[in-house]
Amino acid sequence: MSATARRVLTSEGAQRVRRFSRGWSPTRAALGANAWLVYAFFYAPIALLVVFSFSADRNVGRWGGFTLGWYDDFIANTSIQNAIWVSVRVALLSTVISVVLGTLAALAIERFRFRGRQTFDALLYLPIIIPDVTMAVMMLLFFSEFFDLLNMLFGTDLRKGFASITVSHIAFNISFVSVVVRARLAGMDRRLEEAALDLYASRWKAFRYVTLPQIAPGVAGGALLALTLSLDDVVVTQFAAGPGATTLPVYVFGLIRRGVTPLINSVSVVMLIASIGLVILSLLVQRSRGGAAAGPQGAVAGGRGRRSS
Amino acid sequence: MTLAEVPPDRSAAAEATPEFERAAAKADSRRGFLLAGPAYLYLLIFFAIPLGIVFAYSFASRNRFGEAVFTETGLDAYRRLAAPIVRDILFRSLWLALLTTVICLVVGYPFSYYLTTRSSKVRNILLVFVMIPFWSNFLVRNYAWRVILGKDGVISRITDFLGFGELEILFTPSAVVLGLVYGFLPFMILPLYASIERIEMSLLEAGRDLYASGWQNFRRILFPLSKPGVIAGSILVFVPSLGAYVTPEILGGAKTTLLGSYIVTQFLTARNWPVGASLSFVLMAVMLVATIVYFRSGGRNL
Repeated sequence: MSATARRVLTSEGAQRVRRFSRGWSPTRAALGANAWLVYAFFYAPIALLVVFSFSADRNVGRWGGFTLGWYDDFIANTSIQNAIWVSVRVALLSTVISVVLGTLAALAIERFRFRGRQTFDALLYLPIIIPDVTMAVMMLLFFSEFFDLLNMLFGTDLRKGFASITVSHIAFNISFVSVVVRARLAGMDRRLEEAALDLYASRWKAFRYVTLPQIAPGVAGGALLALTLSLDDVVVTQFAAGPGATTLPVYVFGLIRRGVTPLINSVSVVMLIASIGLVILSLLVQRSRGGAAAGPQGAVAGGRGRRSS
Repeated sequence: MTLAEVPPDRSAAAEATPEFERAAAKADSRRGFLLAGPAYLYLLIFFAIPLGIVFAYSFASRNRFGEAVFTETGLDAYRRLAAPIVRDILFRSLWLALLTTVICLVVGYPFSYYLTTRSSKVRNILLVFVMIPFWSNFLVRNYAWRVILGKDGVISRITDFLGFGELEILFTPSAVVLGLVYGFLPFMILPLYASIERIEMSLLEAGRDLYASGWQNFRRILFPLSKPGVIAGSILVFVPSLGAYVTPEILGGAKTTLLGSYIVTQFLTARNWPVGASLSFVLMAVMLVATIVYFRSGGRNL
């Protein structure tokens, strides 16, 4: 096609497309309206929840004047405090361990060929795609069998609680961290590492001074993701938790099932603010340092959200 | 630098004899194995073994106290899945998951297309506002609907005010679908957006040049090209909806038991572990098939 013909042809089509996307048309108006409705759908429930958490009415969905009373209740409630404490400890510990293990796993898979690599790759993906409920059932059966065995063998009295929750959170977080770090490693220029090795850097030094600084945003993104997933998880935790310890989401879930109270409103708002804070933090980390998980692909890679259904 | 000046140990590397290559591959393999080792071991013990235990339990039978025993093994638990009550639950779960997926697709597709028509600056901001609900606490987001839909809640008062009478959908399947759509819509939007954004818009212009109507353009150009996104998004919505547990527990009622809740009940109250285990396995199989379809359709990220 000659350049002129092309110009003539596309200009007419371009005009039509442009007319479609710039000027007013019923289709365009409908598209815009749909978009704003979707945003309203996303945010109105959250906004209403926040509003009603300040309502003095005992009925959770009715306005009865402004009060901070439910937040006072929340602060005074010791079981909630204990649950928060457990949540935070589980989240921090499981994040630290899964970041180390997940980053090592990502390096191994992206940089080396070794025996059992493909099996490992598959095993690493499974915790991401497995349904929440299945994973929860796995943890329940595993810990009851495992602790029974240990108690029988050593006469100990192990029960599900803090340790079993943390262990199960690490089991899913390793995979999420490694996916995020792998994406970052894949986008990194390998020659830099090779150059460092050529210049007689030790393997460790090449990693410490060349690879690590480059994958740092990925590692940070993975850590924030692990933290979020751990703080939000309900289903797996519910099955891995025992009478010894519960996390905040599991405790709140139990409260909701027994009946809604304004106290839950205030706790929910605090949880929501914490989790939105983490989201914004991770978006900022990825934005400022050009992390791998930026963009929808990365979000999907990490999100999959299976820790939430 | 000529070859003669290369340090002796490096020239060996440059020659790359078969022995050398084999030794290097071996060293590589060892390093990789050492790096992967800790995570590998962890996942074997705390993921693969638990999975094996569930698999084993799905073949167990129950003694007269209802405890799972391995004295007699067989497919009993799987046969139970054909029982009317389980079948009803399976079909209901499939139906609600399908409905959720279709609604998400119908709402999410135009939304994603709208995003791609914005300037890149606006688009990034709009995307962030999709990500925030995507990442924020799922339990709380479902709970918000409980507050809104409840008796005397905002929705019922609005419908009452408009003269439709008090709408009471809490604890019905509609409320569950609403909650699932609310929870999983971003899962549809993000892959759809990613695939529509990659489409060369001049193709749409060409379609217009050839006097295609807007609908024909969509039907013949836009939609076929965005198919990977459609498939990816549908799977990402369908699969978690099928196994959903939190949403039906919070927004559904006794009559809307879904697969996820039923499995949990088998373990926590009914204590029929073999049936619970076999159902979790079926659920995982669905998930695996969906994942394979997803990768085949060209999806690379999960």
